[in-house]
Amino acid sequence: MKHTIAAMVENRPGVLAKISGLFSARAFNIMSLTVGETEIHDVSRMTIVVKGDDKTLEQVVKQLNKLPDVIKVIDFKNEEFIDRDLMLIKVNASKSARSEIIEIANIFRANILDMSTDTITLELTGKETKLEGVLKLLRPYGIKEMVRAGVVAMSRGRK
Amino acid sequence: MKLSGAEIILKSLEREAVDTIFGIPGGSVIPLFDKLYSNKKIKLFLTRHEQGAAHMADGYARASGKVGVCVATSGPGATNLVTGLATALLDSIPMVAITGQVASHLVGNDAFQEADTTGITRPVTKQNFLITDVKELSRTIAQAFYLARTGRPGPVLIDVPVDIQNAVCEYDKKPDCVIRGYKPNFKGHPRQIKSALEAIMRAEKPVIYAGGGVISSGADKELTQLARSLGIPVTLTLMGIGAFPGTDKLFIGMPGMHGTQAANFALQNCDLIFAVGARFDDRVTGKVSAFAPHAKVVQIDIDPTSISKNVPTEIPVVGDCKVVLRQMLEILSKRKITKKPAVWTKRVLEVSSKKALMYKKDSVLRPQFVIEKFYELTKGKAIVATEVGQHQMWAEQFFKYDKPRQFITSGGLGTMGYGLPAAIGVKRACPGKEVLDIAGDGSTQMNIQELATAKVYGIKVIVVILNNSCLGMVRQWQQLFYGRRYSGVLLGMADNKSYWPDFKKVAEAYGLTGMRIEKKSGVEGAIKKALAAKGTVVMDFQVAKEENVSPMVPGGAPIDHILELA
Repeated sequence: MKHTIAAMVENRPGVLAKISGLFSARAFNIMSLTVGETEIHDVSRMTIVVKGDDKTLEQVVKQLNKLPDVIKVIDFKNEEFIDRDLMLIKVNASKSARSEIIEIANIFRANILDMSTDTITLELTGKETKLEGVLKLLRPYGIKEMVRAGVVAMSRGRK
Repeated sequence: MKLSGAEIILKSLEREAVDTIFGIPGGSVIPLFDKLYSNKKIKLFLTRHEQGAAHMADGYARASGKVGVCVATSGPGATNLVTGLATALLDSIPMVAITGQVASHLVGNDAFQEADTTGITRPVTKQNFLITDVKELSRTIAQAFYLARTGRPGPVLIDVPVDIQNAVCEYDKKPDCVIRGYKPNFKGHPRQIKSALEAIMRAEKPVIYAGGGVISSGADKELTQLARSLGIPVTLTLMGIGAFPGTDKLFIGMPGMHGTQAANFALQNCDLIFAVGARFDDRVTGKVSAFAPHAKVVQIDIDPTSISKNVPTEIPVVGDCKVVLRQMLEILSKRKITKKPAVWTKRVLEVSSKKALMYKKDSVLRPQFVIEKFYELTKGKAIVATEVGQHQMWAEQFFKYDKPRQFITSGGLGTMGYGLPAAIGVKRACPGKEVLDIAGDGSTQMNIQELATAKVYGIKVIVVILNNSCLGMVRQWQQLFYGRRYSGVLLGMADNKSYWPDFKKVAEAYGLTGMRIEKKSGVEGAIKKALAAKGTVVMDFQVAKEENVSPMVPGGAPIDHILELA
């Protein structure tokens, strides 16, 4: 089962190590982890996507809450939330394939960031399923390089 | 008032009412030791190894309830503290460790005696800090003490680069120690407390299972009152020993691997476990899926991560044990207790008296006998520190502890080499008490250098070595489960016939009293002499070599699969 958790943390050295240590000490593999600034200048927000059963996850959320450097934890398990990932993808594009790739980009509203004689680089934002769908379509052309930023998430509504 | 970083450290320690620090200097803490030289309020105990310093601070904390403080230099000084920090973390002991670090501009440079101390100690501390600006020092130290002693207590480390110890700034006398990510829950939720109490009163076959949380929150009186007024039998974990009087008729001993028949019977057959400040450790539960099959669990703990961690909790109350028990007693005082689980309690106490702990009473010098004699001759008043192994279990089984903070042992990490330095820390905290270090010959040799510290500072502890010339607990497992193949456990010379080394001579080399006791008949006289002696005494009791700790539940078995080995 995949879980998404967000944690507001103190923005200072060592905090990331403390949090990732929590997961590694329990042999828990992190699928994606993002860290970024928030509306409060000395608070960072981490979005962590992990795979694991509910019981292990519950323990991880409690352990996160226990860290003095963690100010707040949001477990999206029981909430409606929005999540987005960002992907950059450099795909082989010979002259003949170029227009097909541009068509795929248009359909999925990907931005074309760069183009060379034999490659196209696209930028795509969306839910993971969308990103994976595009990847599947582009794979036959040959993917030279791909990078994903990791999921960021937020609750829906006023909360 | 402008002060140097080193002066700020000492001022901040004084502010926290620290009277003793245990430690060893080195290149990166010379400025701090220089200021300590002329400090009149804080006494330095110069230990012979940093691990000793950490365990002394830990023993001091366990005996006094205050925060223990140790100091070490960068690199090897700091890494030598690691075992001591881990020991304190697993047993939730309040400690602050201050380490020197190489100068700020050299950090990360593989400088001489540099180690990534905050990186290395991250998993063995409750929190740690690397100071990057002298202005942070005063507040960080205040926060460190606050974190160490509140909530679920634990060790906190502060790493201070040497240039920051020399840097100067205005001293912040009353720093703010609010930490926005840290708000321990003290009071229990009233509705949870009410339903917990309802469940306990309704139970036909309840048992109280209490642990170290009762001792750290000072809830022993409340627990005792509650248990007595409801007539519920009490089992205590290794960390909880002393939280309920060991001589009370409702006390049924420790549960788990080397627990009593009665405690394991009670847990396996009860319909409700009232867990107070105890965390269902694997040494208690044995095979978890077969643990307490009929029991509903009601649990008080200040640490939410302890709730439903190993065993599902039906009614959790997150809060300080003392505060929550008081809230419960308050409700009880307004109510008439009509029903007590008399039949059940009687049955448990019957098991307790029929299946009491025992050992062979013959002419052989057996370790259990030595401990019983110490109990008798100190009138049960001594504070007992232990090392780790068979002797530790016997010390729990054959000495009765009526008071909290009377039994000082490394329960969670099981650190051999803990007992001697811890006993020295205990004695420093309680100079008026008789302090024993019940030990084995194996663990004694893991920090034996601290005999020097005891000698130099005129500390009296009695080191009770129950010498069986081997690593007894591992030997016991090898005897029972590995066909007596004694691999790597015999500590004597090649033939393992004699007892070795000569601990009496070792003691004498440190200028202390050494004794060797080979016969049962010599025990009483020797103990009396040791009690009357002035300084530390090392007693080498050369006991039966193949004595086993009994009863025993094999690792991973349900706790009612009990082997009687005595």
